[in-house]
Parts: sequence; C-alpha cells; structure tokens
Amino acid sequence: MRLTINGRQVEADVDVRTSLLDLLRDHLGLPGTKKGCNQGACGACTVLADGERINSCLALAVQYDGREVTTIEGVGAPGALHPLQRAFVEHDGFQCGYCTPGQICSAIGMAAELERGLPSYVTGDLDAETIELTHDELRERMSGNLCRCGAYNGIVDAIRETFGQIAEDAGKREAA
Amino acid sequence: MTPFLYERAADRQGALALGARAGASYLGGGTNLVDLMRETIAHPELLVDVTGLSREIEDTPEGGLRIGAGVKNTAVAGDRRVRQRYPLLAQAILAGASAQIRNMATTGGNILQRTRCAYFYDDAARCNKRAPGAGCDAVEGFNRIHAILGASPACVATHPSDMCVALAALEATVTLEGQDGGREIAFADLHRLPGETPEVETQLRPGELITAVTLPPNGLAARSTYRKVRDRASYAFALVSVAAGLELEGGVIGDVRLALGGVAHKPWRAHAAEAALKGRPATESVFREAAEAELAPARPLRDNGFKIELARRVIVDTLVKLARTEETV
Repeated sequence: MRLTINGRQVEADVDVRTSLLDLLRDHLGLPGTKKGCNQGACGACTVLADGERINSCLALAVQYDGREVTTIEGVGAPGALHPLQRAFVEHDGFQCGYCTPGQICSAIGMAAELERGLPSYVTGDLDAETIELTHDELRERMSGNLCRCGAYNGIVDAIRETFGQIAEDAGKREAA
Repeated sequence: MTPFLYERAADRQGALALGARAGASYLGGGTNLVDLMRETIAHPELLVDVTGLSREIEDTPEGGLRIGAGVKNTAVAGDRRVRQRYPLLAQAILAGASAQIRNMATTGGNILQRTRCAYFYDDAARCNKRAPGAGCDAVEGFNRIHAILGASPACVATHPSDMCVALAALEATVTLEGQDGGREIAFADLHRLPGETPEVETQLRPGELITAVTLPPNGLAARSTYRKVRDRASYAFALVSVAAGLELEGGVIGDVRLALGGVAHKPWRAHAAEAALKGRPATESVFREAAEAELAPARPLRDNGFKIELARRVIVDTLVKLARTEETV
C-alpha cells in the first residue's frame, strides 16, 4: 500500500484490519492525530484525505491506498505554525489539547467546504452562492469535533479570526 | 475485528461476482460497517469495496435525477441540482452525522446503515437482529430512543438515517443489480418492518448491490423542509424527524408528502396523515387531525411515550410553517 502523507511518499504493509488512524500513529510514527472514542463520535482523529476532512478511526487504511493524507504534522511545525494554530494559542482554544489536532484539521477542511459554497443544516438559503461563517454556521459545521474540556469559546474565536473572511473574499471574487 | 479479505471492485460485474461469494459484504465509506466489525457485531469474511463505482449524479430524461450509490453524502447535498430541485434531500443529508462522516459515507451505505439500538451493539445483550431467536432486551430495557410505530415483540429498533426519510417522502426509486440482472423498486418498499425476522432489514437478495437512487421530477421544492428533533443541537440521531412537502392551490392542499424518522424500523411514510390532508384546507386543525390519524396506531414502550406527543407537535408545527412559506421557486 502506498500513500502520500504530508507530502511524503510512504509504503506500508499492514494487516488489512488496520485503520488509517492506527497506521499513522502506530506504524508511521505520526502520533499527532489522536484516538479519542475510536468510533466516529468525537472527531479527535480528524485528518484531511485529498483535502477533505474524515474520521481516520472509521477508515480502513487499505481504502486510502494511493490517496493523499494530511495530518496535524503536515499543517505546521514548531516555529512555522499555521495561522490557525497560532490563533488557537492566542485565543486559548484548548485546555488539555487532546482534541486540538482534530479541531485544527477539521477547521481547515471546513474552510475549504465553505469556500466551495457547501451549505450546512443551518444555512437559510440552500442555493446561496456564498455563505457567511456566522457563529451558528461555525458551530454547526464543527459539531463533529467534541472538546471535553469545554474550550469551545476559544476554539470558535480562533477559527473565526482565521477563516471568518473566507466567505466574504469568495463573494468578492464572484463579483469581480 | 475478525480477519477478512479485502478486494477493491474494478467494475460492476467484478463487484457482483465477488459479492456473490459466501460471507461477502459490500463496503462503502465504512463509517458504520467498520465500526460494527470492530465491535464484532458484523464479521464479513470478504469486503468488496465499491466506493470506486457509480459515482455520478445524472439528469434523467423524465426530468428527475439519478444519484449513483457511490456518490458521497457531501457531494449529494452540495450538488446544485439537488439544492435547487430537491432541497428536502439536501437538508436531510446535512442534518445527519458530522461533516467528516458525510465526506466518507456513500449514498448506498447510508441506505443500508444498521440501527443504533444499544442492545444491538452490546453482544452481552439479547438481540433478535444480531442473533435471531435470542430475544430482545430493548423491549423491557432502556428504550427511550426506540420505535413507536410498526414495531413487533421481536424488535423495537429504529432506522437511523435522515437521508432515507427524505427519499421516502420524495418517492424515490432504487436500482438494484444482481448476477441475474437488475431491477427497480420503490424506495418505500426497500426497508422492511421487523415482524418475526428483524435480522432481514431490506428486500435485497443475497449478493444484490444498490447502484443508484432515482428522484422523480417533482421535488416539491417550493414548499418542503426537513425538521429534526434530537437531544443536542447537532450531531445526534433523531428522536423524531419530519420530511414534509406541500403543494397548495388557493389555500387547499394538493400534493402532500410526509415521512417520519426516528419512530420506526424503516423510514416511515405517513400515508394516513397524507390521506387526511389531501384536498383539505391548509389549517392548523386539519394538520392536527392528520397527525392524530398517523399516530393513532402508535404504541409506547416504557421510556419512549414522549415520542408520540413529540411527533404530533412536530408534524403540526412543520406543516403550519410550510403553509405560511412564501413560494420561492
């Protein structure tokens, strides 16, 4: 099995039962992605597969053969943080930090969805070309990531500061 | 997880040949099946990955839409044609699961997801669905989330899908392919009520594969909505949900579609309520009569009696709001 992980080609020969999460953590030395519930309920294991956020705990690694996966290790590094990582630090977007890699990967995936104009359950006009990242939109779109410390206020602030402009910018591009 | 073989199907014929083998299961996004395998509730010997097949959404010559079974939930809800012509379906999909899961889950897999009854998931409990003939611990157990309509002494589980409730209301059809050929059946006929055999959940024959769902031309887009009531604001299964579409002609109800989620072993098309609505004035008292008609046969268990009143109120309130909606399409 061959995957591109954080821009690097990797080969793996693992038991077919191995989840993408276990492949990353136990076989490829990438423990940044966290195992919370291991049943798709908490979002701690969120990674990006070809740019789309998924729960790596529910993914059989073998199904991702040939795909491109980005984990928190590929988002930023000490000294070269992603703007969202910096915003999480500034806004106290975590307490214990266990859900944070999943929150950050999820928010990056969410920003891409918003940029393509994908609606959510709380979007009033399903056919709208652009959707503003309101408080309600953000909370609905991030509902797949739980934080048991309850750092939601900081998480919401960090994401809004980083990605709040996206919808507006997309609107301007349409107009131009 | 019990060991298994994994094969990625290259085409439909290959998938059907593999799917016909003993112990084979088709695999979509895996969001439900992989979890059930990990919990040792499901133990297929062969997984046939069909996520590479049937990935298109196409217009039909009749003016409807044909959604391939391999299309991801996110892609269906994001499709412009679905959003404009079948907003009920887009809304229902977006009400389900989380964005991560919708990015993984396929249309076919969503339809075939298993119940979230805790006794089905707990292999220390008795469950007729998991072990036919074993008995059911939910009937006398904690059954707050269980069925109020169409249940049997053998099984009181509910079907968890939101998408399927909209498909029932929209009168979709399902295309099935087997080694002996294909067939088309009404979506409403695909899932079964539990009766004495709750382990048989659909009309699918062994080895048969869902390849597409077809939506008829009329999506009731002008007045339709999916309303979901759950224990938290997002990312939870429905206690009760309502998919509703309404056509009004001078204040009188023309075509009307109503389906309920969270209340039965299958997406529940509310035929009795629809019959009580057609041709009548769109007033709150008529809506209440319709809800009463649908829920008359409802039977509560120890903990879920609240669902009957909840369903009644949600049906009435949803129809009241729909009747007031300005036509936008």
